[in-house]
Amino acid sequence: MKRQKNLVATMIIEHEGELLIDWLEERSRRNTNLMFNSGLFNKEEFERQASDLLKIFTKGLKEDTVLDIATDEWAEMRDYLSELSNDKAAKGYSATETAIFVFTLKKPLFKLLSREIQAHPEQLTNDVWEITALIDQLGLYITERFIKNREEIIARQQDEMLELSTPVVKLWEGILVLPLIGTLDSTRTQIVLESLLEKIAATGSNIAIIDITGVSVIDTLVAQYLLKAVTAARLMGAECIISGISPQIAQTMVQLGVRFTDVSTKANLSDAFAEALKRSGVVVTKRQESF
Amino acid sequence: MDVLRAREVPLTSEYDIARARQMVRAWALEISLGLVDQTKIVTAASELARNTVVHGGGGAMFLELISSEQRKGLRLTFKDNGPGIPDIQVAMEDGYTTGGGLGLGLSGAKRLVNEFVIKSAEGEGTEVILIKWKLVTHD
Amino acid sequence: MEKIPIIKIDRFLLVSIQVDMHDNLALSLQDELLTKITATGAKGVLIDISMLDIVDSFIGRILGSIAEMAKILDAEVVVVGMRPAVAITMVELGLSLEGIRTALDVDKGIKLLNTVLDERENIDGRVTR
Repeated sequence: MKRQKNLVATMIIEHEGELLIDWLEERSRRNTNLMFNSGLFNKEEFERQASDLLKIFTKGLKEDTVLDIATDEWAEMRDYLSELSNDKAAKGYSATETAIFVFTLKKPLFKLLSREIQAHPEQLTNDVWEITALIDQLGLYITERFIKNREEIIARQQDEMLELSTPVVKLWEGILVLPLIGTLDSTRTQIVLESLLEKIAATGSNIAIIDITGVSVIDTLVAQYLLKAVTAARLMGAECIISGISPQIAQTMVQLGVRFTDVSTKANLSDAFAEALKRSGVVVTKRQESF
Repeated sequence: MDVLRAREVPLTSEYDIARARQMVRAWALEISLGLVDQTKIVTAASELARNTVVHGGGGAMFLELISSEQRKGLRLTFKDNGPGIPDIQVAMEDGYTTGGGLGLGLSGAKRLVNEFVIKSAEGEGTEVILIKWKLVTHD
Repeated sequence: MEKIPIIKIDRFLLVSIQVDMHDNLALSLQDELLTKITATGAKGVLIDISMLDIVDSFIGRILGSIAEMAKILDAEVVVVGMRPAVAITMVELGLSLEGIRTALDVDKGIKLLNTVLDERENIDGRVTR
């Protein structure tokens, strides 16, 4: 049977006004009250986006169109939906609210086509089904984009947190300290220690204190990275002092067979700092009280 | 896995080792591998290129830019028709040496890459394949 | 053929490796450096590798043997300016250059050599006294 998708397009264009009214009504009905109350819903914005979507939709419906939005013919539609989902995500819509925008087109469109089918029964029967299926695809696509967008935001935040959690601080001329806090996974440890070595080179610091007071657990891999960083620092011409090893960590280290014997360790950061000052030839004395 | 580009670098003399290093560096830069990873793959290439020239009696390095799913990488294949390695397991241990070096070539190079495959038999030459992946992150 | 210049400053020799080291060049550097130590009576050698973007096991071995041989010739060797990425890679490779002195830059290397040599003189002095 000959496909009449362009006929569907003509109908949509002809009855666009009616369709938009129905769509908005459906959208309002399907909406949680919360959305309206929170003032997020914007009628003008909806109408603009709905009419844009219909324009692109009818443009895609040609006589020989394949109803699969993964094809080149629907590239414009995909771009539009991506943009729309970014916009919704940025405005704080949920994934469901974003998808509902597309899915609520289904009923009004079905209603319109069912009515018009009377005039062209044989051409339209098939198309009605296929077009509803296409709207499902659009809805899924916009949801997928929405989730992808969220994932990107999360990943970016993770990166930013990683940056924030590597504070290499200069304590004194030639003395750096890297306070490690929280759980150390091997990726984070690697990045943190690489940045410490970079900082040693950039600042020309002879001594680096790695303080692990804030670290509760260390596994073999992380411990090995620590030792490797100490050796690498030595190759560059700097010494490392590891401070704040808890009794638990000391026990696990020995049980795991990780040898910290060649590394200078101190109980706490202040001891490590005192040692670092001593090695740098700095003498700290208390000022004599004058009264 | 797709091969995006490939190139063969002959390894017959000392100077070819340096040339192989430069080629690997250039390609590593192209997929914007991080500085530490660049250094690792170039160092691994240097170790294996020297093995090919010194112990394998010369051969070649095949340099490939590969991609798979979300990532890009470099695949280096070193081939020679030399005497081969009779016992690979022993050769992979730290300290194994035939050339009077420190014996860190094979085992050390393995630690510098993501994937490492060695095929060799006595009298049949040696083939070593290295892969270093660049994980695609969001910029 | 290219050559790596060896400069004498005070009682030290300074070698700054600015080119991609191929194996022969590294071997000839070892020869020339040892010859120059004897010829000048230098007590310390600074090898600046801040321009090297890799140090593989071959170069690592050469640096190790230079230090060892220089010691026999009564000169202390300090390797200076190793880049962070190079240091991480060397450790991963299994090279830790045990027994070689290191410093962050030439300036700090000279200070280190002076300290080491002063200490040595003090000890020698005590022995002769």
